[in-house]
Amino acid sequence: MAAVKFEQAMARLEAIVGELEKSDLPLDESLRIFEEGIRLSKNCLKILEEAEHKVEVLVQDKNGKKRIHAYSPDDAADEPSS
Amino acid sequence: MTGLLRTSIEAQFSDIWLEGELSNLRAPGSGHVYCTLKDKTSQIRAVLFRSTAVRLRFALQEGLHVVVRGRLTVYEPRGEYQIVLDTVEPKGIGALQLTFEQLKERLATEGLFDQDRKKSIPAFPRTVGVVTSLTGAAIRDILAVLRRRWPTLHILIAPVQVQGEHAGRQIAEALTALNNLGSVDVIIVGRGGGSLEDLWSFNEEIVVRAIAASHVPVVSAVGHEIDVTLADFVADLRAPTPSAAAEAVVPVLAEIVERLQELKVRLGQVMLRHCAFERQRLDAGIRGVTDVRFRLQDAAQRTDDRVDRLHEMVQQLLMAGRERVHGVQRDLSGLNPILAIKQGLATVPQFSKRLEGQMGVMLAQHRHRIHATLAQLNTLSPLAILGRGYSILQTVPAGQILHRANDVRVGQELEAQLASGRLSCTVTQVFDDSSV
Repeated sequence: MAAVKFEQAMARLEAIVGELEKSDLPLDESLRIFEEGIRLSKNCLKILEEAEHKVEVLVQDKNGKKRIHAYSPDDAADEPSS
Repeated sequence: MTGLLRTSIEAQFSDIWLEGELSNLRAPGSGHVYCTLKDKTSQIRAVLFRSTAVRLRFALQEGLHVVVRGRLTVYEPRGEYQIVLDTVEPKGIGALQLTFEQLKERLATEGLFDQDRKKSIPAFPRTVGVVTSLTGAAIRDILAVLRRRWPTLHILIAPVQVQGEHAGRQIAEALTALNNLGSVDVIIVGRGGGSLEDLWSFNEEIVVRAIAASHVPVVSAVGHEIDVTLADFVADLRAPTPSAAAEAVVPVLAEIVERLQELKVRLGQVMLRHCAFERQRLDAGIRGVTDVRFRLQDAAQRTDDRVDRLHEMVQQLLMAGRERVHGVQRDLSGLNPILAIKQGLATVPQFSKRLEGQMGVMLAQHRHRIHATLAQLNTLSPLAILGRGYSILQTVPAGQILHRANDVRVGQELEAQLASGRLSCTVTQVFDDSSV
């Protein structure tokens, strides 16, 4: 799930910055995780940009079939009556 | 008579209120509930028919202090009078409160409210499910907060009635439906404020169990801060209000973007620092190498010095040696053999003069002796014999001296040596001694 991926990526990114700031890593190892950090930060921004940005309503018709449609504030009729 | 009494009693006690303690509770398979209602001084049999019993939200318990309303009747087969109950209310607390307490205790015993059952709320949900009414204030508040904090969020609303007899089932079904989608990261379930009755659906067992069964973490948001429902107990997170629930499930996007940017900046800075540090180390290393070079040059110079000095020393040694050689040469020249030879040569003439004088004397003596010896020899020489008339015959050309006539042939050439001169002869006849 993208949410989990993002959370892990952010956590890893924080860990990388923390590790680099401790600065007791050899240069090549630093460079390696630095590159990973750059990649992660790009991926994180990409995930944020990919968000779906929509509000939808999940309704069930009389036959029990489920449909999803866009939400509008006048949708009160969608509420099941029974 | 019983029939008469019954008609009379039913007419007279058609709507009565009683208060007492429940005892002798029996609930056989028919669904009707039988019991005895008693106080300190008296008791009366009571029956709760099934149609009434199922409407009760709380459970009837032995010893429960209740206020009841009903009508009096007579059960003719036994000739006993009893009250048929319409309404049973707990005395002291409300029925709902009692129901709440009873259900809470039962579900708690099952472990549904245990802390270790609770799932953690994802930090960055992509899709948020909302189970509430589309007409209430709750959905407006939730949407407003969610959109403000995370404008690009995917929100999926499962509309339900949040009060009334169908509300509990609808809420439970909506939770199941959102779970089945598989794409929802977290669910907010709730409604705005209201009376205890209004909020009652969120205390229903079916709702509590649906929340407990949800694989997706659930945040409850029922009523106001002071309202507590069983949904709040079972939810993975209890929010005091719908707005608070919305705040709890999503961070502020702008802050996350800022944090990301900050991390990126820190990442760059720390790497620059690292590189600068390594650069310094490199420079120090280069300086070290340069030092070595200087030291090498220094050493080379010192070596040159030493070589020079060595050179000088060798030169001096050579000079000294040469001088000694000269000295020796000088010494030697005093001993030059040529000089000696020259000196020697100078002495030779003196010696030869002396030798010549000596030699003259010796020669005269020797000459005298030789003459004497020659005279002596002459007397012994064959030539001297020849002088006395003898001759020597020799073969020609071998020069063999003949002793016997047989040694020659007739016609052979011979030579005869006389005391003075020689004769060439030819043999004409050979006579040996026997033929004489």
